[in-house]
Amino acid sequence: MSTTSVTSASGTTGPPATAVPLEADLTVVARRHPWRWVGVGVVLVLLAMFVHGLATNPGWDWPTFFQFFATRTVFSALWVTVQLTVYGTVLGFVLGAVLASMRLSGSPFLQVVAWGYIWAFRSIPLIVQLLFWFNIAYLYQELSLGIPFGPEFVHFSTNNLFGPLGAAVLGLALHQAAYAAEIIRGGIISVDAGQTEAAAALGIPKRRQFFRIVLPQAMRSILPNGANEVISLFKGTSIVSVMAIPELFYQVQVIYGRNSRVVPLLMVATVWYIVLTTLLSIVQYYVERRFARGTTR
Amino acid sequence: MIDVKGVHKNFGDLEVLKGIDLEVQAGAVTVILGPSGSGKSTLLRSINHLEKVDRGLIRIDGELIGYRRRGDKLHELRERDILRQRSQVGFVFQNFNLFGHLTALQNVVEAPVSAQRRKRSEVEPFARELLERVGVGEKADAYPRQLSGGQQQRVAIARALALKPKVLLFDEPTSALDPELVGEVLDVIKELARDGSTMVVVTHEIGFAREIADTVVFIDGGRIVESGPPREVLDNPVHERTRAFISKVL
Repeated sequence: MSTTSVTSASGTTGPPATAVPLEADLTVVARRHPWRWVGVGVVLVLLAMFVHGLATNPGWDWPTFFQFFATRTVFSALWVTVQLTVYGTVLGFVLGAVLASMRLSGSPFLQVVAWGYIWAFRSIPLIVQLLFWFNIAYLYQELSLGIPFGPEFVHFSTNNLFGPLGAAVLGLALHQAAYAAEIIRGGIISVDAGQTEAAAALGIPKRRQFFRIVLPQAMRSILPNGANEVISLFKGTSIVSVMAIPELFYQVQVIYGRNSRVVPLLMVATVWYIVLTTLLSIVQYYVERRFARGTTR
Repeated sequence: MIDVKGVHKNFGDLEVLKGIDLEVQAGAVTVILGPSGSGKSTLLRSINHLEKVDRGLIRIDGELIGYRRRGDKLHELRERDILRQRSQVGFVFQNFNLFGHLTALQNVVEAPVSAQRRKRSEVEPFARELLERVGVGEKADAYPRQLSGGQQQRVAIARALALKPKVLLFDEPTSALDPELVGEVLDVIKELARDGSTMVVVTHEIGFAREIADTVVFIDGGRIVESGPPREVLDNPVHERTRAFISKVL
């Protein structure tokens, strides 16, 4: 009824321009948010003060920053940091995958062993663990390959087998594995049990059920957490400086130990950590997009 | 075709199936009715060995499902043999369980490729044909989340048909659907029944049961209370419990 009266009203030239508009034609005015503008203003002022300080405060000592930012020493230290991160991540996630499959297995013994590992390595602070590995030769001077409790075939001197870098990678990877295991397990159990059941009902082989059906869907929740771990490991490599391994943070400390320009050299390390973390975040974005198939309407 | 003998199943202390005997002829449609918790889904799932029975035997085409008999003992089969047996049985779930990261077409193609090791390019035309047959041919490249419940269930039926199973099992195929979508799924199942597929359907749709069933089986408390043609069981039930159930559902 009302619509017909509207069309007839607008169809005729009858009502004058000054008339009150029809109820159906009233304009909508959105609510105002004055306090949001106050917030924006405050934050802008604070940001401006910070940027101004960066530019004008001589304490930042930008000339020294640029003098060291792209030097060979810093690059080779950065390379060590990258190596520690890559090896730590790869080994950590491989071992983590094994531990996760143990925890998800039907064997109570394997479940308990994996649980015990995760419990132990999450309980020991990384720095303490690293120092243990650094001093491993104190406990075991020689390692050998052979039959357990039987003859030995090959001998290694522990110090030759684990250089400081090897000890650091081992420590980081073992630490990482405990966290990676839980992330992978979390991803796998987040996939609805109906998916495996449907795959089993279709006669799809076990292995393929996992790699083709479960894992691609588990990746959705493994990836953000996994990327978090990679990034935190990347920054965590700075802990290795206690073992006098020439990674980024250690090298920067060495330089400011010589020239006492602490702040600009910390900034050198900071900016490199930020740059590489940004790269990792970009990679994460694209990898996640790859695994998001079928999740949106 | 399907021969169920003296099947018992416990979940912990709860005895869900208390000795079920059931025979399904080739090409026949059997509808299982019963209140929730009566064991009808468990029975259906044990025909596919998704549920291990504690006692009793299930045979399809004379082949013992899930076990090998040696003397007077039943040895559970290896995973590989169980999976091979399952690929002869199509199963349609209440909540579809389509693979969310695969398109409708990929969902249908998956089992023939990975369970029967056939070539993807070889299976695809057949898979498209199946999707066409259940009326979602134009949705082949859509992901499950982009489909309505009715469309998802029809894709799931196509997926179950892709292995050309001897038997089709439906576990409350319309229970998770909006009322206006139930009809499109039932129409597909009716079509399959008309083509002479051997089917066992667990459902609450009495009207549908009357229309397609050759045999209606009423289960309560883990036992078959009565079974027979729909005209007997649905219209003139002998048992009080059957009568009470049907009057409530109608």
